[in-house]
Amino acid sequence: MREEILRISGVNPLKCMKCGKCTASCPAFEKMEYHPHQFVEMVQNNHITPLLESESQYYCMSCLVCEERCPRGVKPQKLIEAVQVLKLRASEGNRLKPQDVANRLDPSLPQQALMAAFRKYSR
Amino acid sequence: MQKIGVFVCWCGSNIAATVDVSKVAGAVKEEPDVIFASDYSYMCSEAGQLMIQNAIKEKGLTGIVVCSCSPRMHEATFRKAAQAAGLNPYMVEIANIREQCSWIHKDKEEGTKKAILLAKAAIAKVRFNEPLTAGETPVTKRALVIGGGIAGIQTALDIADAGFEVDIVEKSPTIGGKMAQLDKTFPTLDCAACILTPKMVDAAAHEKIRLFTYSEVEKVKGFVGNFTVDIRKKARSIQEEKCTGCGACMEKCPSRKTGNEFNERLDNRTAIYIPFAQAIPNIPSIDREACIHFKTGKCGICQKTCGVGAIDFDQQDERITRKYGAIVAATGFQPISLERFDEFQYSKSPDVITSLELERLMNAAGPTKGELVKPSSRKHPSDMVFVQCVGSRGESCREKSYCSKICCMYTAKHAMMIRDKYPDINVHVFYIDVRTPGKNFDEFYRRAVEDYGVDYRKGMVGKVMEQKDGRLLVQASDLLTGEQLLLHTDMVVLATAIEPDKSARALATMLTASMDTNDFFTEAHPKLRPVESPTAGIFLSGTCQGPKDIPETVAQAGAAAAKVIGLLSREKLLNNPQVAKAEERLCSGCSGCSKVCPYGAIDYEVREIWDHGVRKTRRIAVVNEAVCQGCGACTVTCPSGAMDLKGFTAKQIMAEVDAICR
Amino acid sequence: MVYSYYPGCTLKTKAKKLDRYARDCAQIFEIELEEIEDWQCCGGVYPGMADELATRLSPVRALREAGDKKQDLVTVCSACHHVIKRVNEDVKTSGEIRRKINAYLEPENGYEGETKVIHYLELLRDRIGFDRIREKVKQPLNGKKIAPYYGCLLLRPYDVMNFDDPENPSIMEEFLLAIGAKPVHYALKNECCGGYVTMEDEEFASKKSSSIMEAAMDQGAESMITACPLCKYNLENSGLKNGIPVYYFTELLAEALGVKEQEEGT
Repeated sequence: MREEILRISGVNPLKCMKCGKCTASCPAFEKMEYHPHQFVEMVQNNHITPLLESESQYYCMSCLVCEERCPRGVKPQKLIEAVQVLKLRASEGNRLKPQDVANRLDPSLPQQALMAAFRKYSR
Repeated sequence: MQKIGVFVCWCGSNIAATVDVSKVAGAVKEEPDVIFASDYSYMCSEAGQLMIQNAIKEKGLTGIVVCSCSPRMHEATFRKAAQAAGLNPYMVEIANIREQCSWIHKDKEEGTKKAILLAKAAIAKVRFNEPLTAGETPVTKRALVIGGGIAGIQTALDIADAGFEVDIVEKSPTIGGKMAQLDKTFPTLDCAACILTPKMVDAAAHEKIRLFTYSEVEKVKGFVGNFTVDIRKKARSIQEEKCTGCGACMEKCPSRKTGNEFNERLDNRTAIYIPFAQAIPNIPSIDREACIHFKTGKCGICQKTCGVGAIDFDQQDERITRKYGAIVAATGFQPISLERFDEFQYSKSPDVITSLELERLMNAAGPTKGELVKPSSRKHPSDMVFVQCVGSRGESCREKSYCSKICCMYTAKHAMMIRDKYPDINVHVFYIDVRTPGKNFDEFYRRAVEDYGVDYRKGMVGKVMEQKDGRLLVQASDLLTGEQLLLHTDMVVLATAIEPDKSARALATMLTASMDTNDFFTEAHPKLRPVESPTAGIFLSGTCQGPKDIPETVAQAGAAAAKVIGLLSREKLLNNPQVAKAEERLCSGCSGCSKVCPYGAIDYEVREIWDHGVRKTRRIAVVNEAVCQGCGACTVTCPSGAMDLKGFTAKQIMAEVDAICR
Repeated sequence: MVYSYYPGCTLKTKAKKLDRYARDCAQIFEIELEEIEDWQCCGGVYPGMADELATRLSPVRALREAGDKKQDLVTVCSACHHVIKRVNEDVKTSGEIRRKINAYLEPENGYEGETKVIHYLELLRDRIGFDRIREKVKQPLNGKKIAPYYGCLLLRPYDVMNFDDPENPSIMEEFLLAIGAKPVHYALKNECCGGYVTMEDEEFASKKSSSIMEAAMDQGAESMITACPLCKYNLENSGLKNGIPVYYFTELLAEALGVKEQEEGT
């Protein structure tokens, strides 16, 4: 599983110097059980199941602030995305189903939100 | 016909683990002219050298090949040993079977094969070696130190105390450098000015030292022992010999809006200025870009004020040419630009400052007379955040890849001093690692934590945000508690990475001294020759070679001085005899070689020569053997093959290639 | 001057203003935006995984079409811009992605990432120039205090987006100055609005966007501008009482150039 994550994400967690700047910058911190620096550390240590099972991955907004500020060029967001993708590919069911969004289709909701959410949360 | 001996070194297991050394010795015995071959555990040891010397004497060897480490390591050793046994030292060749063979291969069979080839190539070369004799040149007994900070001052004082003349060239109007800007120094907390300014005075007063302040090196020619340097003394617009340093001109100057560099631009200075009260020399300069007279032709108040008529608006830059035997680079460092680090709001908020700015804010001679206040409101802060490693240890284009080394200690110093003077201020330090190797350094840092209550947090600051109430909000990681902290604070201090002074790159080109990718000067050997540049006669002092603190800088400055003294104490220097030489019958005088020569070593003369029985007059290249460094650029440029490098002739190199391809 | 133009799905539906004003204003500067034929949705989010190919196809189709015409490709929506520019970079730098995508699309000459992707703001700054815009302004915004909101996708990652400092951007500020408004500086201008997470946790996204709007209001902003429909939605959906209006930057440009009024009159 670790190798698969490293392959599809292209991330090298060994570059991390454990400064925590990613987590210091993360706007979704309060909603996450595992934080960006922990994704890096836990993938490196092959401690991946808790990441797959946690809700943390769904709160990543792909805002890339972790990637931008990382002094070592680690790209934690890519690891979070890789965990999401791995889970979706394991066909454990989609996180987001069309019927879920029915009550959200207010006239102002941009298509972009639906498109992005379906890309992120289902397959 | 030569009589060649081959000596194969095991280098303990360094070579012997990957190369079958006895097989190498056996294989080369069949090579032409080889009459002796042997192997030994450490050729460079006394016993190994003796083995070589005995073989030379007993077998009457005319050339030897040592298969060992890189010639950079021990070529000199083996040449000396050969010379002591009566062999010309240039009849020694090294086959590098360690760095270029055993260390980079794993397979013993492959390694052995390659070592044999390298040995055969060296044998093929030494067959065509000729004994060379080094000429001599006299040494100019004066040194040039470039940079007048603590490194340059210390180096100059040490050289001068040994009785040699020294010039210091400093680009700013005063000597003193970065150390003059500091408040206290770790780990003893002596006041920087108290220990530096006496040295500045010593340097200025020393009969052997001449200061060229507000001056820059423009051109460097020559070689070790015989450099000729052009120095541009920039126009201060003041006649130095008349000025008494009374300061009346500065008081009256109406142009008062230029950022004061000495105070890190936290306040302003006048257009005619002396950087700080203890500056040396105590003579003002006019900043022509700020001066109203230079901009509009009007004003001239300083000229009217000056009682001795020292102001000279027409003064021109002056060019001075001086000769030196040795040159020391002591160009120092600067903090990096924080332009691209605005997650910390450095360019937006005046309360986000660098550590060097904090030094000025805490210094009794600084813009606030040493009272620590928020720059935005001039009010007393109640909470401060320090961020470590800003711009250090990173990979992106805005960061430096190295650890700046001094930040952990000066941050501990700042935190401790603030808590000592203002116990009401909360001080937080965000760190990645606290690095405190050094005598009494870790104890110092522990005191900051245990005795002064500085709040150290493991983690980085992600973002600094300005708040409506004029305070700052710091969002940071505390990796040990797993929290994301939101701290309301009054000031943020960034431990900014340091880099070599921007003048270093151009200087390195003039000196033909090598630099690393970060523009730090490279040393001749990282462990064994740390204060010398690979270019002979160029020495390194202080942070131009790499980040270091004051004690290390002073130690290195003294070491560089010792090397310079050693050089200047010699009456004559032996030249490298492996230099270029033009074959007069082939040279057409095309000037191609002199155009590529980086040392200006090639001249031309018109000579009468015999060409196939005909007397002809021709323009021919002549190499100044004292100036030539044997780089070989001319030999590859020469279209007719007239230029050849002694010790590395085309014939020798072709023989090496043949030996490998055979 | 003719540019290829990629409007994106939201600009054709919920964000028609963003699209219409972009075209109208371009015309004033003799710039024609030629819409890509049969463009498809960019996908809304950049597919970051190295082995995702299908999700990279639609941006490549648009890029290739612009490339065939030897035109630069202009985008307005931050998300479209982000996705298309990054996919283009992938095609340029990853041999494997380039090979597989070309094998699938079978373009005549093979697409190698040669199209230049520029955001409409870059068009204004680098091709037209803010000085020229200033000259054409008929109704300056009279020093209105406006907070530029960049969000994430427009600026990050700098290595690829590469058109403004991601920590201290200035392109929207310069734009606002050119149309006579007073840009308001606030630290959260590049903080995330919550993005698509509004579909997962609406309350949380509102919290994110309300803190951004509050930070802008703290510095005296009377309104905000953005280039992204989702940012606009989240900011307007922030649940903040006394919230300030959020405009597309093209809308204010049209207003300043006097194009907006004419349209509403007709």
